[in-house]
Amino acid sequence: MTSTLSPGFADPVTDAQSCFRAVLDAMARPGRVHTVRGVSAPMPLCEAAGAVLLTLADHETPLRLDPDAAPARAWIAFHTGAPIETDAPAMFAMALSLPDLDTLPNGTDEMPETSATVILQVASLTAGQRFVLEGPGLREPKVLTVAGLPPDFVAIWQRNHALFPRGIDLILCARNKLTALPRSVSIKEA
Amino acid sequence: MNDSVSADHPCPARRRWMSVVARAQPDRIAALLGACGEMPGHTVLRGPEGGLVMVRGRAGGGGAAFNLGEMTVTRCTVRTDNGYVGHAYVAGREAQRAELAALVDALMQDPDRSDGIERHVIVPLEKQQAARKAERAQKAAATRVQFFAMQTMRT
Repeated sequence: MTSTLSPGFADPVTDAQSCFRAVLDAMARPGRVHTVRGVSAPMPLCEAAGAVLLTLADHETPLRLDPDAAPARAWIAFHTGAPIETDAPAMFAMALSLPDLDTLPNGTDEMPETSATVILQVASLTAGQRFVLEGPGLREPKVLTVAGLPPDFVAIWQRNHALFPRGIDLILCARNKLTALPRSVSIKEA
Repeated sequence: MNDSVSADHPCPARRRWMSVVARAQPDRIAALLGACGEMPGHTVLRGPEGGLVMVRGRAGGGGAAFNLGEMTVTRCTVRTDNGYVGHAYVAGREAQRAELAALVDALMQDPDRSDGIERHVIVPLEKQQAARKAERAQKAAATRVQFFAMQTMRT
């Protein structure tokens, strides 16, 4: 049986550590854009989405995979060992378009950390619609430019933000850039 | 090491060749592979990387499983340029052995090459390992003590 599997991180230890640091900092300072390196993810995943999956997903984190990303399934399964679920409660969701957040676990008031984190691949983090972010980690409001979010994203996010301390965290990836929108951030249109 | 092959294994043939190359010396595999002619190039998909596996045992074969201890293993996965993926897990910290064993596993899955590799790599290695095992068994057997007195008493 032949296969088209490709390698993961070029240098698994340091690349995963630097990507982890990038995700951590992006969560702590919402909207700050980081660049990742060292991975050539298979189609249709972008580099940043591939790197985040390799860094965060493992055999203990059920992953929901967007059906459109099915060609990357074997790569994710081989390199992360994460069980790929279609409907079961997932800890991560790899999405090419924003999924219905109500279908993902958003934690409980006692255990808000059991909510899912959505890794969303978007078209760009340098051009597109402008959003104003406010909340913990931001001394003053920050402008984030994203192309590829649904038109009613601000309303969807308001519902998610209102659930705090429950809610979904979002990691946005475009090419080799990533940023994060934790549930604690409030978003307005610029 | 246990050589028994359980009947329900999905691919006993692959299990056999993986076990043979996982025990062979890397320079020996390389020498035998070199004699097989032109080989496709390969890309390393993962590793070679070291890690630990927990070895479990059962007292007397019937007791509850217990953790005997951890052993070092090196694993590697390669893909040949014509698309066959080979895996290897070898005992100890031996990156080169793991990569060569994974390469042989990939080549053995290629129907155009498996016969040649089987003849020129697997069979010689298997013979060598069997000979070494027989020699050790013979040396051990020579030191065996026969307790005639006790045997006679029992009968």
